[in-house]
Amino acid sequence: MIEERTDIEMLETKPEQTVAIRTDDHDGHRDPSRRSFLRWFLGIGSVSVAGVLSVPLIRFALDPLMRTTTQTDWSDLGPASDFAEVNVPQKRTISITQMDGWRKVVMEKSIYVVKGNDGVLSVFTATCPHLGCSVKWVDTNNQFKCPCHNGAFSPEGKLISGPPPRDLDTLESRLVDGHLQIRYQSFRQLVKTKEVLA
Amino acid sequence: MKRHHEHHIIHTSEWEQSRIMQWLDKRTGLIHLKREALYEPIPGGARWAYIFGSGLLYILFSQIVTGVFLAMYYVASADHAHTTIEYITKQVTAGSFIRSLHSYGSSAMVVTLVLHMAQTYFFGSYKGRREILWLSGLILFAMIIGMAFTGYLLPWDQKAFFATAVGTNIAGEVPLIGDWLKSLMRGGTEMGTLTLSRFFVAHVFLIPACIFGFVGAHVFLFRKAGSAGPIDEDPIDPKKPTEQFYPKQVIMDIVFATILIGTLGLLSYFSPVELGPKASPADTQFLPRPEWYYLPIFQWLKYWSGQSAVIGIVIIPGIIAALLVALPFIDRRPERRPWKRPIASFSFAIILCGLIFLGWQSGHEDSTDPSVAKQLAKQEQETEKFMKATFEPETMGPPLLIAAPLSPDAAKGKKLFADNSCDGCHGDNGQGTENGPKLIGVSLKFDHDEMLKVLRNPTKKMRDGNMDPVELGDDDMNLLMAYLNSLK
Ligand code: FES
Repeated sequence: MIEERTDIEMLETKPEQTVAIRTDDHDGHRDPSRRSFLRWFLGIGSVSVAGVLSVPLIRFALDPLMRTTTQTDWSDLGPASDFAEVNVPQKRTISITQMDGWRKVVMEKSIYVVKGNDGVLSVFTATCPHLGCSVKWVDTNNQFKCPCHNGAFSPEGKLISGPPPRDLDTLESRLVDGHLQIRYQSFRQLVKTKEVLA
Repeated sequence: MKRHHEHHIIHTSEWEQSRIMQWLDKRTGLIHLKREALYEPIPGGARWAYIFGSGLLYILFSQIVTGVFLAMYYVASADHAHTTIEYITKQVTAGSFIRSLHSYGSSAMVVTLVLHMAQTYFFGSYKGRREILWLSGLILFAMIIGMAFTGYLLPWDQKAFFATAVGTNIAGEVPLIGDWLKSLMRGGTEMGTLTLSRFFVAHVFLIPACIFGFVGAHVFLFRKAGSAGPIDEDPIDPKKPTEQFYPKQVIMDIVFATILIGTLGLLSYFSPVELGPKASPADTQFLPRPEWYYLPIFQWLKYWSGQSAVIGIVIIPGIIAALLVALPFIDRRPERRPWKRPIASFSFAIILCGLIFLGWQSGHEDSTDPSVAKQLAKQEQETEKFMKATFEPETMGPPLLIAAPLSPDAAKGKKLFADNSCDGCHGDNGQGTENGPKLIGVSLKFDHDEMLKVLRNPTKKMRDGNMDPVELGDDDMNLLMAYLNSLK
């Protein structure tokens, strides 16, 4: 309705513009269905082209989310027999590698290897579950002590006293050809249960 | 009755009648804006010759988007630039595609720019009160060339490094200010990380900011002057029947944009842009070759050496530039048909053909000189080899660990440092952590006695930061201090 009226008004009131309308007419755009078809065609066409083009862009931007940054490899601590003879916890430093975008970052982490009463080796991180200071083994007290807020842990890593919310965190370990291997992980601090940080 | 209501010549859609659009329009003038954009009258009707301007806008948009995304991973430093581009190319999902799109986009920009300018020139569309429009176009031309030049260095591979070394050397040939100009561009006398930073800033901040401004002005001035129409049209007071920009010209523009997208996309997908080995300034064998659109100028400069260099580098290009600037002021006749303007048409055609010839000649010389061809083939092979190699991340070791070997006392002190868990807060190597300050350089702050005192009796501030008194025997204390003193 509206279209019809405006066209007619145009023809009456703006003679110099009639040609323009004629051109349109010539292309058949006066037919409302063709007009709106064209508009939909252009609209949907542009949106779909933009959609297709944005796929690689989105994948490009989201790439870091699809990558693992921490190494999941096993670190070798040497022959398990090295730890068999000593009864006190042994401190070791391991290098772990993290991918940080285009960089490989090598970090040193401290861990303790403890021989249980049954002779089985278990491994703790030296990172205090309270605020992340490094705990030390104090021979004289037969305890792990955290220097920051005096957290104390038994040789088995059990919390004895102090502010830490939980026991020392154990690390996954295994024996391969007599070698002790561990998988280093970081855990969330200040929470009661052990939660792995990516 | 509705004589004054220009809008009524235009079709009003149901969508525009909808309440939400009416609401929006009253506050933003959106519908008016859309009409301004779509119903621009074109004297003589839509033509394929007019597609280049909007094609340029499309490529510009694509360059901005891909450029911003590339900057998510790129680091503008001589140490890392090449690794980050390698990471983008070899590791990041769709990275090679997006980088190629950006790189091929720059070529497409230059080609479309030349076509746009040639069309304007041959159609005499700069005539009829369009001087400022033409000038803003020339400035944009210079800026796009600047974008191509500055962007080329950023991957910091051999090709990029040496092409830019040559490019900045050319700037050094400019009389009087040459040396100063070269040092300004390079951020010093030699090419280095400061050069890269400067080129990066120019490429992503300075020139784009100016481009936005001038593109806005260019489009505005174009709309102000109106479309000039075909070559037999009066540029000031068009007589021909007009046709609106929408739909026919819009469709032509979209067809062109689609061809551009398609071509760039297919090229990027099937023949991605390569990255050569990292720039090594010491390489004396490397033969620099600029991007193809710079080859004519590269070849041109071969003819001008020593004393005469000024003519080739400054005077002749200066005259051409001055003529282009002066063009709409000199050529004031309303005549637009190219064959009625023989001097203008011929001089433009000669320059264009000359550039094409120089470009061809450059390639021809390279392929016929056996030693050059051999070196270029070798460079090509090195690039291929580098592209096949797997990505090697940069390795960051624990700081200082490998550095200075410790004295025996300091080494024992280091063990005490670890055994007493000082490392827990101050870091494995005294570098500091979030729980404790770094100790590197403490020996410069405290002398022996002061240090002993604060270790045995930490100050209130230290104790508040959870520093416990160090309870060690005198001997051990001395060893620990030997270690602390070694941290510099
Ligand atoms: S960080 Fe270990 S007790 Fe607070």
